[in-house]
Amino acid sequence: MTMTDDQKTFALDDDSVVVVIGSGAGGGTLANELAQQGVDVVVLEAGKLHTAADFLADEWGAFSQLSWLDPRTTSGSWRLATDFPNLPAWIVKSVGGTTVHWAGASLRFQPHEFQALTHYGEVAGAELLDWPLSYDDLAPWYDRAEQRMGVTRTNDNKGLPGNNNFKVMYAGAQNLGYSCNTGHMAINSTVRDGRAACQQRGFCFQGCKMQAKWSTLYTELPAGIATGHMELRPESHVARIEHDDQGRVNAVVYFDADGNELRQRARVVAVAGNSIETPRLLLNSASDRFPDGLANGAGHVGRHYMRHMTGSVYATFDEPVHMYRGTTMAGIIPDESYHDRERGFVGGYEMETLSLGLPFMAAFFNPGAWGPDFTQAMDQYDHMAGMWLVGEDMPQATNRITLNSDVVDRFGLPVANVHYDDHDNDIAMRQHAYAQGRALYESVGARDVYEVPPYPSTHNLGTCRMSERPEDGVCNGHGQSHEIDNLFISDGSQFTTSGAENPTLTIVSLALRQAEFIGQQMREGVI
Amino acid sequence: MISQPLSRKPVSRRVFLKASGGVLAGTLAFASGPIALLAPSRSWAMSLDHLTSRQGEVLLAMTRKLFPHADLEDAVYALVVKSLDGKAADTATAEQISSGVSELDDQADGDWLALGDDERLAVLQSMAGTPFFELVRGDAVVSLYNNPLAFAHFGYEGEKGNPGYLSQGFNDLTWLPDPPQPEAGYLPFEEPSA
Ligand SMILES: Cc1cc2nc3c(=O)[nH]c(=O)nc-3n(C[C@H](O)[C@H](O)[C@H](O)COP(=O)(O)OP(=O)(O)OC[C@H]3O[C@@H](n4cnc5c(N)ncnc54)[C@H](O)[C@@H]3O)c2cc1C
Ligand code: SF4
Repeated sequence: MTMTDDQKTFALDDDSVVVVIGSGAGGGTLANELAQQGVDVVVLEAGKLHTAADFLADEWGAFSQLSWLDPRTTSGSWRLATDFPNLPAWIVKSVGGTTVHWAGASLRFQPHEFQALTHYGEVAGAELLDWPLSYDDLAPWYDRAEQRMGVTRTNDNKGLPGNNNFKVMYAGAQNLGYSCNTGHMAINSTVRDGRAACQQRGFCFQGCKMQAKWSTLYTELPAGIATGHMELRPESHVARIEHDDQGRVNAVVYFDADGNELRQRARVVAVAGNSIETPRLLLNSASDRFPDGLANGAGHVGRHYMRHMTGSVYATFDEPVHMYRGTTMAGIIPDESYHDRERGFVGGYEMETLSLGLPFMAAFFNPGAWGPDFTQAMDQYDHMAGMWLVGEDMPQATNRITLNSDVVDRFGLPVANVHYDDHDNDIAMRQHAYAQGRALYESVGARDVYEVPPYPSTHNLGTCRMSERPEDGVCNGHGQSHEIDNLFISDGSQFTTSGAENPTLTIVSLALRQAEFIGQQMREGVI
Repeated sequence: MISQPLSRKPVSRRVFLKASGGVLAGTLAFASGPIALLAPSRSWAMSLDHLTSRQGEVLLAMTRKLFPHADLEDAVYALVVKSLDGKAADTATAEQISSGVSELDDQADGDWLALGDDERLAVLQSMAGTPFFELVRGDAVVSLYNNPLAFAHFGYEGEKGNPGYLSQGFNDLTWLPDPPQPEAGYLPFEEPSA
């Protein structure tokens, strides 16, 4: 018995439905919220439907089970292009999208981050822009998102208990005068919403068997289906979006599990395939009327790809730590997230506990490395503590998703090429963050400190950005494309700038706000 | 270095199959280590489907040089050989291994295994980045660290974490002071104090 067994179904030629592409943070939330309003929704999701019972306590096993492994290519000066040329991003292809294996950190953007251009000024080589909406516009939606996701340290949800990795971070934070707690996490610290409390498994990145961590897989999607207004179609890979003579989108063409090509008619289409697939789909939907792809009149689809400034610091100690026990990311220091050019870069960064199991530590510690330096670090695995650094990165027009027509997927569709060059601001911020992480662990008596390069990108943002003026971006402050009224962008692609914070709470808040807007526009007959 | 000299004839599949089916064997070095606890007996043996015994020995020694853990049993390194043996079901991969091993030997006057430690390393260094080297390194960085014996050796609990560490040591670190509440949060059944 799965959640789709008794769901309401809609005919392929039913042109009254909203089609949502992707069932992750953005798509899953939007779909449910529309269904709650009584709007009929069809969710097309490329990945399979897994249940929490399928999840594996095995890093490589879960990786093959859940990850997006369809081909992609890379270019640019970033190190990933060398180390993982076909894996620019570590994200999910499964019902629930990347919320299946996110860590749960749920931080609000800071008010100034919605106005990056105003606060930071021009930065050479970056196309900074203010968002077309302010913190105050989003604040009520942040409230609602925190409520439904059960974010700890909001709405009377107590903080998660700190694990061993947290203890080390906390001690170092004290020494450096930083504040530190177990974070705002969309993970149940007690039984809530019919889901268990976190059991401290430490397999948050492999799917939460306890369902303690919020994921659209077992919250938004079943709730949407229960309204009788939503149909979820797993293993439905969207190939292109079609439009009518007026240039309004009216159908979505997709391949089902057996490779059959089907066409679902639509009144409204919302794209939430994460920031690599969303622009790829719009580009692959080029037509006579829109020769450069949909919503791409200003040439911004695919541009300004952001992946956050990231890096990790791991340190070893004389005494054991066993960092892998317990919640992967419950420990956050926000003190470096402010903006001050004096530090040598604009924007700020967060420091967050992180651990990898032995298999992933070996794979990601220093890709390509071998020899005694590498093995000496692995020898100290159980005496290791770790943190992840995540900060604002710069929207560069040339950091970009394009179609690579030389490589096609199994449906014959050109794949996405991800081009990324580090901006000087990223490099300066990463150096600063490494130094602070190092100082933190050294203050606790670290034996060896390791600066670990970025993993395949977990945060992918900005490729269909919001802008006040149509010529500066792809969509408006409601994610509605400037060019086509009934085509919406509903995922992290909308981000005008990246902020320092992990993006999902903002993606969910935007989806809730967008759902209200779409509902209104439909009721008023505008779209 | 990247492409094979044209003159070298690839080993034909038939010859290769005839030469295959080797065995790797050894004895645990540490009678009481964590691995000994998992092993049914001190001596171990592993049959190979596609590689010869000598190829297996060379690959094991090579992996030991690439990822030197002084106290890690050969029985764990043998899992890398096992993994490569599986990949050698593919003829192209089998040929890559076969010519890679020959190349090591060629650079060592015929027997790389006869060299001393430093000389073995020097030969490997000269081959770094070649497809054969990357095949072995890329396989080993996964297969050496992704098995229960390695988990036991390095102190990672793997699947044991499946039920959760809530009552099994997620916060058992005692060499630092316990952080205060509310920063350090609360156990599921603990009531936050006002
Ligand atoms: C390991 C890891 C840890 C993370 N931790 C955090 C964290 O602690 N805090 C935080 O805020 N964020 C975290 N993130 C990021 C977070 O998961 C993402 O930002 C978020 O899920 C993105 O939402 P989305 O809607 O844009 O895309 P996704 O959630 O990725 O959903 C996109 C969905 O669209 C589907 N899709 C794509 N193309 C098509 C197509 N053509 N047809 C049909 N379906 C398609 C995909 O299969 C996928 O299911 C983490 C990510 C990873 C990988
Ligand atoms: S640590 Fe908590 S949130 Fe993470 S997988 Fe385990 S139970 Fe789920």
